[in-house]
Amino acid sequence: MAELTVYGIVLGSIISLGAIGVSLVYGILRFANFAHGDLMTAGAYVALFFVTGPLAWIGIPDNTFGPFSFGWRMVAAFPISMITVAGVAIFFDRILYKKLRDRGSGRVIMAMSALGASFIIRMGVLIIWGSDYLFYRPGLLRPALELPAGIKIRPDQILILIIVAVLVVVLHLFLQRTRMGKAMRATADNMELARISGIDIERVIIWTWGIGGGLAAAAGMLYGIDVQLHPGMGWNFLLPLFAAAILGSIGNMYGALVGGLIMGVVQQLSTAILLPTYKPAVAFLIMIVLLLVRPQGIFGGSRK
Amino acid sequence: MTIGGLLAYLVSFAIMAGIYAVFCLGLNIQWGYTGLFNIGIAGFFCVGAYISALVTLPPPTGTYAEYVQQAFALNMPFPVGLIAAAAACGFIAFLIGIPTLKLTEDYLAIATIGIAESLRLIFNNEHWIANGPRGIAGLPQPLKSLVIPRNYNYIYLIIVAVVLIVIYILIERAIRSPWGRVLRAIREDEVSASMSGKSIFKFKMQAFVFGAMVMGIGGALYAHFTIAISPEVFTPLYGTFIIWVMVIAGGSGNNKGVILGAFVIWAIWTGTRFITDFLPYTLKARAPYIRFLIIGIILEFILISRPQGLLGEEKRVSKMAE
Repeated sequence: MAELTVYGIVLGSIISLGAIGVSLVYGILRFANFAHGDLMTAGAYVALFFVTGPLAWIGIPDNTFGPFSFGWRMVAAFPISMITVAGVAIFFDRILYKKLRDRGSGRVIMAMSALGASFIIRMGVLIIWGSDYLFYRPGLLRPALELPAGIKIRPDQILILIIVAVLVVVLHLFLQRTRMGKAMRATADNMELARISGIDIERVIIWTWGIGGGLAAAAGMLYGIDVQLHPGMGWNFLLPLFAAAILGSIGNMYGALVGGLIMGVVQQLSTAILLPTYKPAVAFLIMIVLLLVRPQGIFGGSRK
Repeated sequence: MTIGGLLAYLVSFAIMAGIYAVFCLGLNIQWGYTGLFNIGIAGFFCVGAYISALVTLPPPTGTYAEYVQQAFALNMPFPVGLIAAAAACGFIAFLIGIPTLKLTEDYLAIATIGIAESLRLIFNNEHWIANGPRGIAGLPQPLKSLVIPRNYNYIYLIIVAVVLIVIYILIERAIRSPWGRVLRAIREDEVSASMSGKSIFKFKMQAFVFGAMVMGIGGALYAHFTIAISPEVFTPLYGTFIIWVMVIAGGSGNNKGVILGAFVIWAIWTGTRFITDFLPYTLKARAPYIRFLIIGIILEFILISRPQGLLGEEKRVSKMAE
C-alpha cells in the first residue's frame, strides 16, 4: 500500500505537469485542449529522435549516470524536446486556433479543432515510429533502492519527482515575479480588462502555449523514462489530465498540481483491486463523482 | 475488376456509408440541432453493437461454448436487437447526462470521452460479458435465406436504406415540430430559451438520449453487417472522429448534409486506400495512419475555410416565412 502510494505520487507528478498546461490553456483561452495528451506523446518521441539520432551522431556517449537509466544524451534531449514541443503548440495555435479565434468561433469548434490536432500529432508519431512500445535505452531496469517500510523505488523515479518540483517552482516564480507571468494571470482573470490595460493578449497566448507545450513535453519524457513510450500514451493521459485539472478547479495552476497528485495516487491505489488497464476508467469515475458533487473543484468558489 | 465485382464493391461501400450516415444523423440531433458536444460516439457505437449481438445470438453450444463467453444470449430476431441496442444506448446517455448536461459543453465532451474509453476497457477486460478482446462472431443476418450468400449484401443494403430513411423522416419531423425549435433555441442562446420558460436540462437530455438511441441502432446495423465484433473496432478514430468529420464536412444542422458528408468522407477514406496501395512496401503497414492523417487535415481545413460544411444549415422556421 505504501509502495503504491509512492508510485502514485511519481505518476501524479507527471499528471500534474500535464494538468497544469491544460489548466493554463483553459484559463486563458477558455477551451478544452484535447491535444494536450498528444503533446506529451510528441515530447516523448521528439526526445527519442534526438537520443537515438542527432545526439548519437555528434558523438555524445551512450553511458549512463551511476544508478540512473540515462546519460548525457537524455540530458541534452530534454530541453531540446521541451522547446520543440513548445514550438509545435505555438505553431498549431498560429495555423489553427488563432484563425478560429479571429473569426469568433465558439469554444466547441476550438475543442474540435484541438481533437483534430491531437489525431494529426498521433498519426505523425505512428507514421514515423510505428505502434510498438519503445524505450529510450533498451536494457535491464536499474536496481531499485530499498526505503524504510519495504518501499522499493528506482533512482529514476526520485529524479522525476525532483525535476517536476523544479519545473513547478520555476513556473511559480515566473507567474509571480515576471511581467509576462503577471500579464498571464491578469488575462486569465479577465481578458477584456487585461486588453484595455494594454496587455498584448496575443503575446500572452503565445507564452501560454509555449509553457503548456514545454511542460507537456517534460511530462511525456518523464513518463517515457519511468515506463515506456507508446503512441497512445498521451491519449490515455487525457482523462487523468482533465480530471486533475477539474479537481483542482480548472484555470488554477496550483489546484492542477494538487489534483494531479491526487489522481496519480488514486489511480495507482486502484491497481490493488482492479486491473492496471482500468486506470483511465478510474480517472473517469472520479471525475463523474466530482462533477456530481463539486463541479467547481476543490479550490473553486461557490460560483460555477 | 469485373463489372460484377465493381458492383459488389459499390454495394458494400454504400452499406458502410449508410451505417455511418445513421451515426451522423444521431450526432446531428445532439450537436447539429442542440449544440451538445459528444465526442464519445464510439461508446454508443460499441454498446449498440454488443447489445444487439447478445440479444440476437443463440447461446453457444458444443465445443464452441468452451471458447466463447457471453453474459447472455437471447436468440431474438434482428428488429428486437435494434430496439434493445437503442434502449441500452438511451439509458447510458441518460446516466451520463445527469451530471454533465447542466455544466458547460466541455464537461460533457470530456465525460463522453471517458464513457467511451471506459466501455472499451470493460469489453476488453471483462471476458464474461462478451468474450473479451477476442470478441464475438457469427451474428445472425436478417432475411439471410432469401438469396444465395454471395448476393446477401443487396438485401442488407435495402435494410440499411430503410432504417436510414425511417430515422431521417423521424428526425425531420421532430426537428420541424415545436420541440425541435426549442432545441435550436437552446443551441443559439440558452438564457433566452430558459427565459421563455423552457427547461434547458430536460430538452438537452431528450436530445442527448434521442441521438444516442440513433447511434445505438447504427452500432447494431454495423455489427450485423460485419458479423464479428471485437473491442478494437470501437476506437476513438473509427468510432468517433470520422463521424465528426462527416457531420462537419456535410453541414451540421442539416440532415441531408450529414448524410452527404457520410458518403463523401467515406468515399475519401476508402479512396485513399487506393493511393496508399502505391506506397513502398516498408510504408504499407503504416498506410492507415497516413489515411487518418489526411482525414484529420481535411477536418482542420473545413473548420477554418468552410465551417458551415458542404450544405450548411437549412433555414426551417416555416416554409412560409423567409
